[in-house]
Amino acid sequence: MAENRSDKNRKPRYTADRGMPGAFEGETVTRRGFMTGGALAAGGIASAAFALPALGFALAPMFTDGTVDRWQDVGPESDFNPTAYVPKVINTDPGVGEAGKATIYVRKFDPESDKPSPSDGGSDPIPYVVLSTRCVHLGCPVRYYQAPKRFVCPCHGGIYDFQGKVDGGPPVRPLDRFEARVTNGRVEVGERFSVNSELRRFSPRDPSNHLDGLWQYLYPARPST
Amino acid sequence: MSKLTPPLPKFLRPAPPRPSEKEPTPDIGEPNGKPGRADKLRESAGEGGAQVIGWLDERTGTSPFLRGFLFRKVPKGTNWFYSLGSATMFAFVSQAVTGVFLAMYYNPDATRAYESASYITNEVFAGELVRGMHKWGSTVMIVLLFLHMARTFVFGAYKYPRELNWVIGVVLLVLTLAMGLTGYLLPFDQRSYWATIVAVNLNASAPLIGPFLADFLRGGAEFSSVTITRFYALHMLLIPGLIAALIGAHLYLVAKLGTTAPPWLRAEKKELTKEEI
Repeated sequence: MAENRSDKNRKPRYTADRGMPGAFEGETVTRRGFMTGGALAAGGIASAAFALPALGFALAPMFTDGTVDRWQDVGPESDFNPTAYVPKVINTDPGVGEAGKATIYVRKFDPESDKPSPSDGGSDPIPYVVLSTRCVHLGCPVRYYQAPKRFVCPCHGGIYDFQGKVDGGPPVRPLDRFEARVTNGRVEVGERFSVNSELRRFSPRDPSNHLDGLWQYLYPARPST
Repeated sequence: MSKLTPPLPKFLRPAPPRPSEKEPTPDIGEPNGKPGRADKLRESAGEGGAQVIGWLDERTGTSPFLRGFLFRKVPKGTNWFYSLGSATMFAFVSQAVTGVFLAMYYNPDATRAYESASYITNEVFAGELVRGMHKWGSTVMIVLLFLHMARTFVFGAYKYPRELNWVIGVVLLVLTLAMGLTGYLLPFDQRSYWATIVAVNLNASAPLIGPFLADFLRGGAEFSSVTITRFYALHMLLIPGLIAALIGAHLYLVAKLGTTAPPWLRAEKKELTKEEI
């Protein structure tokens, strides 16, 4: 019964059965419908042809991992010791003038106070601890004070200890670090990486991105292409 | 007669008579006082302005449109609070005009932006005034926008059938705040730079989409030379275009739906007579 009713309401499949003048044998799409669909499809394809590349052009930076494979000299080994940080300036982007410069804090790795940290990602510890001054709360520059051996952020009062771990305030993880190596007696600084509160190594993340427990899955890494 | 006059351009020459017509009017009036073609042209020259407007109006249909748009009926009790929306739009227009002229001197290059901005302030004639109008005008626009929103809310003007206009208005609010954010970087002094760093990292704090949003705004993982050009393009092309289009939609709906009466005006109840009951 129900089937019969739906059959009655449905339009006939063939245009000839709908009583259209000039219908062809076996024709199911009207010419008007075909032309409308064709015009829409052509317009859609033409629009997509310029819009999609332009969109990709604008959105591409979201899908690059942003790491720069570049080593920068920050001075001879004799400049640094394990008990105090020395500020140095590196260039993160030469194209922006002063805005492309960043201050980093460098000290020698101390095998005793720095318990063999997983931050090196292997058995070979990074010979220098190089901390970024970018506060991981919202990105203001932190400053190191030698007397309390603390890093303090001027914006919202974030405090980090001698290893760069959070000691107070709003920051969500320790200060970011940089790769470091020694070549011909000179210290060189490489790419940035982030660490969680156990100093486990992660790819570079933005400030305010948590990296502990389940939080780390809410702030995905940049896709490497 | 016309053979004696200097040759006129073809379009000024009189059309040849149709077979049923008489001889055309001569170019120069006859001594007996009968006006010629030149006299008629001279007479109609004074009405040129009106004729041009009439010509345009006949072909565009402007006056029926303006009659409906500008001379529509408004409810009793309409007052100065109803001008806040127009005031906001005027602030937008003033931002657009001053912004266009600032763009003539401004250089969105990370190493040149600060210098070009201080050049506008210190060297260009009236540069301090135009830049000042743009800077303070942005604050004025946001204040007016919130007042307009408060008026709409308090008067209940967001209710049926005007809900869509409220939604468009909220999008306009967000876009205007985005204008404030993107414009703040452009002077490229210490305050702009660090404020933008903080603002982008605030965007990065959103779960899942945050890191992508921040990379989109910065144009990469680090603040770089493309960040300022990106903000400049958003600030002067993309967002203003969207705002202008949405203002058009907003105004269309205002004209179509009309405005609401203030809430303190009650509908006048007519005492019904016995016959009407």
